[in-house]
Amino acid sequence: MFLEVNNVTKSFADKDRESFEVFSNIDLAINENQFVSLLGPSGCGKSTLLSMVAGLESVTEGTIQLDGENIVKAGPDRGMVFQQPSLFPWLNVKENVMFPLKQSISKQEASDRADHFLKMVHLSRFKDHYTHELSGGMQQRVAIARALAMDPKVLLMDEPFGALDEQTRHILHKELMKIWQETQKTILFVTHSIQEAIKLSDRVVVMGTRPGRIIADFQVDLPRPRRRDDEQVIALERKVMDLLENEIDKVLKEELSHENLH
Amino acid sequence: MKIFIKRLLFLFVVMGIWQLVYVSGVFPDIAFPSLILVFESLFNGFTNGDLISALLASFRHLFIGLSLAILIGTALGVLLGKSQQADETAGMYLVALQSIPSIVWVPLSILVFGFTEFAVIFVVVLGGTFVMALNVRSAIHSVPPQLVRAARTMGTSGVSLFYRVEIPSSVPYFMSGIRLAWAFSWRALMAGELLSNGPGLGYSLRFAQDYARMDQVIGIIIIIGVIGAVMDQLVFSRLEKNVMKRWGLLKS
Repeated sequence: MFLEVNNVTKSFADKDRESFEVFSNIDLAINENQFVSLLGPSGCGKSTLLSMVAGLESVTEGTIQLDGENIVKAGPDRGMVFQQPSLFPWLNVKENVMFPLKQSISKQEASDRADHFLKMVHLSRFKDHYTHELSGGMQQRVAIARALAMDPKVLLMDEPFGALDEQTRHILHKELMKIWQETQKTILFVTHSIQEAIKLSDRVVVMGTRPGRIIADFQVDLPRPRRRDDEQVIALERKVMDLLENEIDKVLKEELSHENLH
Repeated sequence: MKIFIKRLLFLFVVMGIWQLVYVSGVFPDIAFPSLILVFESLFNGFTNGDLISALLASFRHLFIGLSLAILIGTALGVLLGKSQQADETAGMYLVALQSIPSIVWVPLSILVFGFTEFAVIFVVVLGGTFVMALNVRSAIHSVPPQLVRAARTMGTSGVSLFYRVEIPSSVPYFMSGIRLAWAFSWRALMAGELLSNGPGLGYSLRFAQDYARMDQVIGIIIIIGVIGAVMDQLVFSRLEKNVMKRWGLLKS
């Protein structure tokens, strides 16, 4: 398997209480060139798991392997796109895309590569602009170009379109599909939107909460582009929804009983 | 341009009232000189070179003192910003030191360095260092963790992370630090010079007081006010605003 999460546990040490376990014994194997979504309610640890693959969070137990190698720290073989664009405001658009390339390749090469990926996200015209002059959707496209410019083995996306309006999100979905088909990247995509997960992915991994765990794994063998009103899409949405409703109920009940105790 | 005319008119009105009060003779001439006398003493001061050499001396003290304050303040600020140990140990004292008015340091400085120009510079350094250090410390603390995380996923860490992300990200706060350090140093400079044996604008001011030359006293106060306003508005505030705009922290 290309990306392998083996029996991974994550717990945070709490100052005054015993350590808090986010999830335990997670197993997940992902093929090369696959588009996989991690879907789940807030608190299930999906973003934490993604950060662990990125190497930003430590692994408490178990191993994560990419292309046969253990992940111990963050590195340019895993590009990450965050919910916030996280661009550097003191650099212009092109310099932002060139940022990860400066250490490894020549300036000319870096410049060419930045141009290539800015063209891919349709931002060539804006390469001399500063990032705060761009809209949220454009900033997120720069972030995608920047991650792709490193030519990572896997692209990790942490609710990348969560902060955008509906229209912009729709446009970026289309662009991401195009980019994915063009670059043949392996993509691990975290979202809490069922529709988004089904619309984009080859495979939807559903996570539950308290304790965090994988509760279902759907292959989505539907032709692209997928329409929201397609019957098969709706059927799958319903199925996932039912699964998640149980989880959300559980969270609500727990929060309510906690409330009553005080 | 309209604002400019309003301000100019206001100035003329104030000068008119001044002159009226003078002509009315309510106050003795020694406490309330005519405006013409004030301008005359300013003119004489510049033509005979007294004021120019005083100004040059003041600027020399300020330049050396402020440069040292920025250097030392930055070093202290980086140390406190990067090391939690250092911050927990010494951070509070820095805030305490910052709250001491700079004129308080003058007797100490004169006892240590005598009536020398260095005593004045020392007060200027103390005036600017602490505020600079505090601002650099907040600059380092205010680097968005999100940017650091993003940089780490791009293989940037350690020293390279410091130079390529933390320093550029801190620049706007650093600029605020410089503007405040200038403002504090400028006030410290005047305090130090007033009690020193010259040369300098502050010393000229006291000299004028000793000889009961109110016209000169007011003239020098005007110079001090004009320099302060010009430096702040035209140099430091503008520099800070440009950086803020460039960093997207201010709507352009």
